[in-house]
Amino acid sequence: MVTYDRRVVDDDLVFKALADPTRRLLLDRLFQRDGRTLTELESELEMTRFGVMKHLRLLEEAGLVTTRRSGREKLHYLNAVPIRLIHDRWINKYTERQISALVDLKAELEEKDGHHD
Amino acid sequence: MTETANSTMVQVHRVYIKASPQAIWDAITKPEWNEKFGYQVPGEFDLREGGTYRALANQEMRDHGAPEVIIDGEILVCEPPHRLVQTWNIMFEAGTAAEPVTRLTWEIEACGGFSALTVTHELTDAPLAAAFVGGEVPNAGGGWAYVLSDLKSLLETGSAMAG
Repeated sequence: MVTYDRRVVDDDLVFKALADPTRRLLLDRLFQRDGRTLTELESELEMTRFGVMKHLRLLEEAGLVTTRRSGREKLHYLNAVPIRLIHDRWINKYTERQISALVDLKAELEEKDGHHD
Repeated sequence: MTETANSTMVQVHRVYIKASPQAIWDAITKPEWNEKFGYQVPGEFDLREGGTYRALANQEMRDHGAPEVIIDGEILVCEPPHRLVQTWNIMFEAGTAAEPVTRLTWEIEACGGFSALTVTHELTDAPLAAAFVGGEVPNAGGGWAYVLSDLKSLLETGSAMAG
């Protein structure tokens, strides 16, 4: 049996990672300016270094944050690809259905209008 | 702070794809594959160090006045199927064409049945290109997140979402 890292296939990790306001705040901070150190991120939150590390680790496990070493520093980067995948897989799917339902409704109403003439 | 908000210097994007490193390498570097996902433009890679890279405008883009070569670059490191480093410069728009050339690294690692594709884009002093590939320009596609999501869809399902 092939074994692989759970984060490879698991949308649950992304949803769980996004379900926390502190982690969403961290993503917003990285969106504003990418490639930050733990110390920089920590300075903007009222939370212990350990707490911020824990949140960053969950974001990294979900693939929402990637890290890269630059000299002695570990820099954190926002990776929007998992959010895009969820958008493409879930949100597009349902919004398209709503749109087609509205299109059907419009067609039906217009057809009824036609019968009144 | 010398940079404006969102004009980041380096972007790191990663996606896990159920495909071999070779299949991903081919999808990135062969025009018959790379024109099927993302912005759907054929990209020609002369796969040797010092070779050229050119992404060519598709018909729709040419109809809107795009030049023949929309992205221009040079291959710096070519280690198939794991690592490709190239320069990358958007030519279809005067603002981005005038910015310094950016540097793009593609890394593909096998990861137990999956492959991890990491795209690192160094965009020093190129805020317009950074906004474009970061997906921040309205009606301009969605940048790397969009392209990589679509590549995954193409390789795993046989069809891209775009088009």
